[in-house]
Amino acid sequence: MSTATVTADQRNVISRMWNDKENRSVIIQIIAFIAILAFFGFMGRNAVLNLEALGKGFSFDFLFQPASYDINQTLIEYDSRSPHLRATIVGIINTLLVAVCGIILATILGFILGVLRLSNNWITNRLAYVYIEYVRNVPVLVHILMVHGFIVHTLPIPKQAINFGDAAFLTNRGLFSPKPLFEPLFWIVFGLFVAGIIFTIWFRRYAKRVQDSTGKQYPVFWISLAAIIGLPFLSYFILGSPIEWQIPYLKGFNFKDGLVIRPEFIALWLALSLYTAAFIGENVRAGILAVNYGQTEAASALGVSRGRTLSLVVIPQALRVIIPPLTSQYLNLTKNSSLAIAIGYMDIVATIGGISLNQTGREMECMIIVLLLYLVISLLISASMNWYNKRIKIVER
Amino acid sequence: MTDQMKTKQYVPGEHPDMPPPAGISGPVAWVKNNLLSSPLNVVLTVISLWALYKIVPGSLEWMFFDAAYTGKDRNECLAKAGGACWAFVGERFELFTYGFYPAEERWRVNLAFILLPIALIPILWDKCPFRKIGIWFAIAYPFIAGWLLLGGFGLESVPTDKFGGFMLTLVIGVTGITFSLPIGILLALGRMSNLPIIRMFSVCFIEFIRGVPLITLLFVASTMLSYFLPPGTSFDLLLRVLIMVTLFASAYMAEVIRGGLQAIPKGQTEAADSMGLKYWQSMRLIVLPQALKISIPGIVNTFIGLYKDSVLVIVIGLLDPLGIGRASVATTEWGGLSTEIYVFVAIFFFISCFAMSRYSLYLERKLETSHKR
Amino acid sequence: MRVTKSAAIAAALSLTALTANAGTLEDVQARGELNCVVTTGLTGFAAPNADGKWEGFDVDFCRAVAAAVLGDGSKVKFVPSTGKTRFTLLNSGEGDILFRNTTETMSRDADLKLSFLPVNYYDGQGFMVNKALGVASAKDLDGASVCIQTGTTTELNLADYFRSNSISYEPVPIETNEEARTNYLAGRCDVYTTDASGLAATRATFEAPGDHVLLPEIISKEPLGGAVRHGDDAWFDIAKWVVNALIDAEELGVNSGNVAELGAAAGNNPSINRLLGTEGDMGAMIGLDKQWAARAISAGGNYAEIFDRNIGPSTAIALERGLNALWKDGGILYSAPIR
Repeated sequence: MSTATVTADQRNVISRMWNDKENRSVIIQIIAFIAILAFFGFMGRNAVLNLEALGKGFSFDFLFQPASYDINQTLIEYDSRSPHLRATIVGIINTLLVAVCGIILATILGFILGVLRLSNNWITNRLAYVYIEYVRNVPVLVHILMVHGFIVHTLPIPKQAINFGDAAFLTNRGLFSPKPLFEPLFWIVFGLFVAGIIFTIWFRRYAKRVQDSTGKQYPVFWISLAAIIGLPFLSYFILGSPIEWQIPYLKGFNFKDGLVIRPEFIALWLALSLYTAAFIGENVRAGILAVNYGQTEAASALGVSRGRTLSLVVIPQALRVIIPPLTSQYLNLTKNSSLAIAIGYMDIVATIGGISLNQTGREMECMIIVLLLYLVISLLISASMNWYNKRIKIVER
Repeated sequence: MTDQMKTKQYVPGEHPDMPPPAGISGPVAWVKNNLLSSPLNVVLTVISLWALYKIVPGSLEWMFFDAAYTGKDRNECLAKAGGACWAFVGERFELFTYGFYPAEERWRVNLAFILLPIALIPILWDKCPFRKIGIWFAIAYPFIAGWLLLGGFGLESVPTDKFGGFMLTLVIGVTGITFSLPIGILLALGRMSNLPIIRMFSVCFIEFIRGVPLITLLFVASTMLSYFLPPGTSFDLLLRVLIMVTLFASAYMAEVIRGGLQAIPKGQTEAADSMGLKYWQSMRLIVLPQALKISIPGIVNTFIGLYKDSVLVIVIGLLDPLGIGRASVATTEWGGLSTEIYVFVAIFFFISCFAMSRYSLYLERKLETSHKR
Repeated sequence: MRVTKSAAIAAALSLTALTANAGTLEDVQARGELNCVVTTGLTGFAAPNADGKWEGFDVDFCRAVAAAVLGDGSKVKFVPSTGKTRFTLLNSGEGDILFRNTTETMSRDADLKLSFLPVNYYDGQGFMVNKALGVASAKDLDGASVCIQTGTTTELNLADYFRSNSISYEPVPIETNEEARTNYLAGRCDVYTTDASGLAATRATFEAPGDHVLLPEIISKEPLGGAVRHGDDAWFDIAKWVVNALIDAEELGVNSGNVAELGAAAGNNPSINRLLGTEGDMGAMIGLDKQWAARAISAGGNYAEIFDRNIGPSTAIALERGLNALWKDGGILYSAPIR
């Protein structure tokens, strides 16, 4: 009898614990935590057993062995004797290069497309619409392969290169353009350029302060332009053009010297930009449409000019709507750059996740590196865009 | 009274209908207003017309008028026409549709194709007769189709390495769509939950998946995943790919649904709490129906993304239409017709994705209740 | 309560992980199908035809192994792989055996944990260029753009060769043979380099094969052969001796036409008798029955038949036997005796 009461009591304790909201949430979390831990423990254990069975270790030593393969696009010094680590860095730089170039071009094209979609010119509007719909509804891999195919098949071989004034040449092996060789005096020009930027930042603040207190307006745009572009240009010519241009020339199979932009890069860059621009265009359109028309009306009622209405009223508000989706488009573009592997552009996936992985047989280590690198890049982009978003966010009470 | 009678007055229905003043309607005015209203507009019109003139006739000629539709190999095709050669599409149509599925079992694939619209109609069309039964059928469809395609239980079983072509795209699309929605809902709820461990896990999972490209996940599935399974076991490559694609889509789905959840005022949950509803009851009956409704356009967009991403499976050696196409142009007969392959695949995806995005737009308009100018 | 339960489940799950796997032979026989890792498509070596049936030199070796082990050469599941995924597919257990014109190297053997079967094709890395370029030697290739397939030994050989000869070049890395072919034909690269047999196979698919020449330099030794995982010697022996049996059969004049007749009863040649199981029981030594070799030979013929049907002079690929002729015919193909 007495024992029965004890068990009933115990049951009571458990059911009471379960019925109490706080306790229950603790119990659920402990269970979830253990389940997750057990799951990862199980996987980790399997990995150890499997690697042991194959006689493979888990170590990153291979990163310091010579890679033994060549890479065509290297922004830092690299040859086939360099270690895998350096090949990885070359890959990271190539990924970042195409991502940054892609983000810039996609943003410009996207804003143009968004504005064209809102244009009251019927033909332009429809053209932009057809373009956006076509691009958005076809997989980006197909776009990349198509653009690459177009460049390789349609552009001429080096011997019949399209010649731009004997200085730049367009072929199916890429665009060969003059390469700037900087002389020491050039750094003065560069210094002036940096100084111009700093001056502009200060000047804009100053002009705003003056306007806030006195209502006086400076031609900020023109003064900034003169400081950033005008002065360096002027000094460039005064100092006697301290850049020497190395002109590419045809020798043997290919063009020699000069700066070469390879078709793989061009294809990936164009395809990613054109693809992402279509999405950005829609975001921009939605952002501009989201600004209440009353805002524009109010601005014109106050006698604000049309250009100032756009720059001071419509665009700042539209940006608030545009930035969050823009962030995810930038992230998508960066991640899509991994499709480089389909056309042989040597990015992270093709170097450490591709040739290195295959030559060393270290799948686990290489894939972990690749995943981590992408995570870091994604987090950096998110963080910087979040920072920017916070800055332009509406300040509420 | 009489004075008023004398002044000229239009009696309703007797005055003549005057045409609108010249120049504000009609084709000429339309052109003037829409194409030539300002110098910038004129420039845009000219550029657009020039672009149209440059692109349209040439591509139409290449694709249709100057193209060859028959022929038994590339040379015969090219001899006939200067444009595209579409003969290989007909020649290899079965490969494009069924992959390597055994010929005598292809009726099963056909049946699965036919049942798909029957399952879709009740979901897409809310005034469909017998909608309730239809929706149950739609929920059962992935499993019926899986049984049809894989076999077992009375049908001869077909291994998944025979899957390919459009059928493979369909398999990836349907599986991903069916399973990513519930997982996405759970993840979104987890991320919004006030249990820190659950929330942390959901956040880590979602951010990890969204932070890496799908193709690296596919590489993980094809090269690394087997290390994490108990020694001596391995499971099907297609299954691994399906799991990865589903997890990938769920993370994106979770974010879309989270957006919907955040838009539901807190008062709704509080009201449900005060009525004494348990967590799952309030979610199921109050919050989710509203949240899902507003996130439908986002959900459809995620589906489109998932469907388009299915082509990425070619990087790990599965043969979807693009893969089949590329294998076809590697043969002696059809070598070098890459452009045709890409255009063909692009058209296929455009048609299906465009239809989906139109549907999402229609839903968006239907659900739009705010006032816009 | 629940806590202990889930912990118990976790413990049970990790215990199941300890169960060891059976030998590959038992696995294959239980499955009734041989999983053979091949290329995604290289005409003549392994490629699906219009009906989706796999054909080629490597494919026939897969079928011979399947015939020896399972009694039916059609019971093969072909696992297509890129240069990159092939070893992983084998090591992860998705493939039982690999026939994907794979070069035997020390690091692959020791580091990637593969056991290589006897060489079934002696190859070397060569260069193909357009005749119009007027290149006579690989030494003239300074500054050229070179198409290479990634994930193979070719990119390493190439880097070494050009480095040791101080020739500069632009590598154009490409995933598949098809891509390489398109890029080469479009003039994206001047040279296409891969194993000479692969070059010949690719050239055969060109519209005007005569416009392209293979340069005289062969810059590497590429002994191509099948491979299995380390650690299962019984399975390795089976695969190894099936390949040897096909080579031996050519030497002994046993082919798919006369194998049934010769295998019916013991004849005068003890070597043939041992091979076909009419005398002694060689099969038992590798865990198979007496007719293992007879079945392997009848599946696709002996080495010569497989060679001639898929890549020989009468096919579009038109490879000569060359080094791959039998040792007594001036080649270096040589099988260890079956005795």
